[in-house]
Amino acid sequence: MTAPPGTDGPAVAFVGVHKWYGTFHALRNIDLTVGRGERIVVCGPSGSGKSTLIRCVNRLEEHQRGSIVVDGVELTPDIRRIDEVRREVGMVFQSFNLFPHLTVLENCTLAPIWVRRMPKRDAEALAMTLLARVKIPEQSAKYPGQLSGGQQQRVAIARALCMSPKIMLFDEPTSALDPEMVKEVLDTMTALAQDGMTMIVVTHEMGFARQVADRVVFMDMGEIVEINAPQPFFDHPQHERTKLFLRQILR
Amino acid sequence: MTDAVVFVRERSEPLDPPPTLSGGALAWGRANLFSSFGSTLTTFAFVALALWLVPPLVRWATVDAVWSAPDGALCRQHQDGACWAFVAAKLDYLRFGSYPIAERWRVDAVEALGAALIGWLLWPSAPKRALGAVLFFVVYPVAGFILLRGAPVLGLPVVDTLLWGGILVSLLTALVGIVFALPFGVLLALGRRSELPVVRLASVLFIEFFRGVPFITILFMANTMLPLFVPEAWTPDRLLRPLIGMALFSAAYMAEEVRGGLQLLNRGQYEGAMALGLNYPRMMALVILPQALTMVIPGIVNNFVGLFMDTTLVSIVGVTDFLEAMNNAFKDPAWSGPTIMATGYVFAGLFYFVFCWGMARYSAHVERTLAKGRRT
Repeated sequence: MTAPPGTDGPAVAFVGVHKWYGTFHALRNIDLTVGRGERIVVCGPSGSGKSTLIRCVNRLEEHQRGSIVVDGVELTPDIRRIDEVRREVGMVFQSFNLFPHLTVLENCTLAPIWVRRMPKRDAEALAMTLLARVKIPEQSAKYPGQLSGGQQQRVAIARALCMSPKIMLFDEPTSALDPEMVKEVLDTMTALAQDGMTMIVVTHEMGFARQVADRVVFMDMGEIVEINAPQPFFDHPQHERTKLFLRQILR
Repeated sequence: MTDAVVFVRERSEPLDPPPTLSGGALAWGRANLFSSFGSTLTTFAFVALALWLVPPLVRWATVDAVWSAPDGALCRQHQDGACWAFVAAKLDYLRFGSYPIAERWRVDAVEALGAALIGWLLWPSAPKRALGAVLFFVVYPVAGFILLRGAPVLGLPVVDTLLWGGILVSLLTALVGIVFALPFGVLLALGRRSELPVVRLASVLFIEFFRGVPFITILFMANTMLPLFVPEAWTPDRLLRPLIGMALFSAAYMAEEVRGGLQLLNRGQYEGAMALGLNYPRMMALVILPQALTMVIPGIVNNFVGLFMDTTLVSIVGVTDFLEAMNNAFKDPAWSGPTIMATGYVFAGLFYFVFCWGMARYSAHVERTLAKGRRT
């Protein structure tokens, strides 16, 4: 029994989720409930399944066992449900995935116009508001290829926000950026968190996790190893694998 | 002397313009035509070759040519020049084939209309191009067919397609091929990448069959087999059969071209579109195909050019295209002579060249425009 969308249920609920790539067991019995307005940071070594986990939320990856309920809608092979979930879930990728043949403004208005059926003028006004929020309204007429990596990622965030999503997924949003551009993207994400957006963020930026996250999820080898609030997570990790991981990345 | 271990800049280096390049035609010539002994020799060799080849050709085509004559007698006297008078005398036949003389205005009208609509579509800053596309792809084929074929209701006598010929048939064949090839090819390419095994198998079979069989074979098959598959009342006429063959054949080649473009696209483009909630048709129409098709413009135009030249093969199944009309024109005893055939074929070559070159130039222009827009 699932609650109707938009009510009090959790934003995302994983119950006993398994996923395989061929014979490789990529996600093992994942149980995780993300509350509305909650900020979750997922971390873990490469290949631990953290990207797979958040890509299951909007069905870029399909899980094979267990259930995932997003905003009251359970993900099944039913394409209408998948589209319904994708309309409400924004995603920002490591490689931006902006559309290079469209201008920044067109990137932002494409989905509102074609998916939300918003009049073009309203969509453009909305896009300009959100581009101002990520602090690049003056770039709206340019093509993505003319922008720096940090600017492109901020456009990608604005593009996702144009759909007024209830949940935002970030898949290593700063990993492809030059070091001097990481901060502008993290600042944008921090501002978003302060506005109360539900966020699931896969990142290696531990400073961001400490500052913004409500809970940190540590994954290794396809399973959740430890979940805790950031302060105890970083200061007093419990599991041996968590301790090892933190020793390796914090040195 | 070694550098100091510590260096801290005190004054910024000035931003200078690049050293000026020595200009002028002389400098350009020295750099590009006479930079070394070998390059000088090559330059002279090619100039000599051009001097040897070009003037006689130009003389043959202009000064020594016969421009007007009532029949072939004058051309037989001037054997060192082209006989343009032959082309002029046969031009109507070359354009219309055996289309009744009284009805030829209909062909003129259809051609003029087509040229206007194509111009409208190809001119990038033209107003209301969407309307132009609807007129060209929906209204024009129907209206054009009614006008060419005739409709007694409208007072237009029926002209049997067996009488159609010449440039009319060549352009018609090419246009049908081009207009059907691209959309059908896109569908086949998407079908070949479909997740549904049946759709994928059907697409693969279609594409591989038509790519694996020579075009001439397809023409013969269209001619002899199509009537076997459809009810007798619907048997496509002699002209329609090769047109169907042409459309299917070119669609198969186009499909592979489009598939190549689809494979160049990063998976992230699909994921970006899906994550925004775009469904499959919108993702393809708005995000994937615009990029995939632009990347393979050279290949697509290459296909169009090849298709245009392949139209000459329809003569094999008894359709009188432009080249076949030319061959027929040679048989006129009034215009027999040693220079007639050379002139005719040069004219035919020019005809095909102008169209193919036009397509190539237009595609180069489009590529440059697109490249300017999304500089990366």
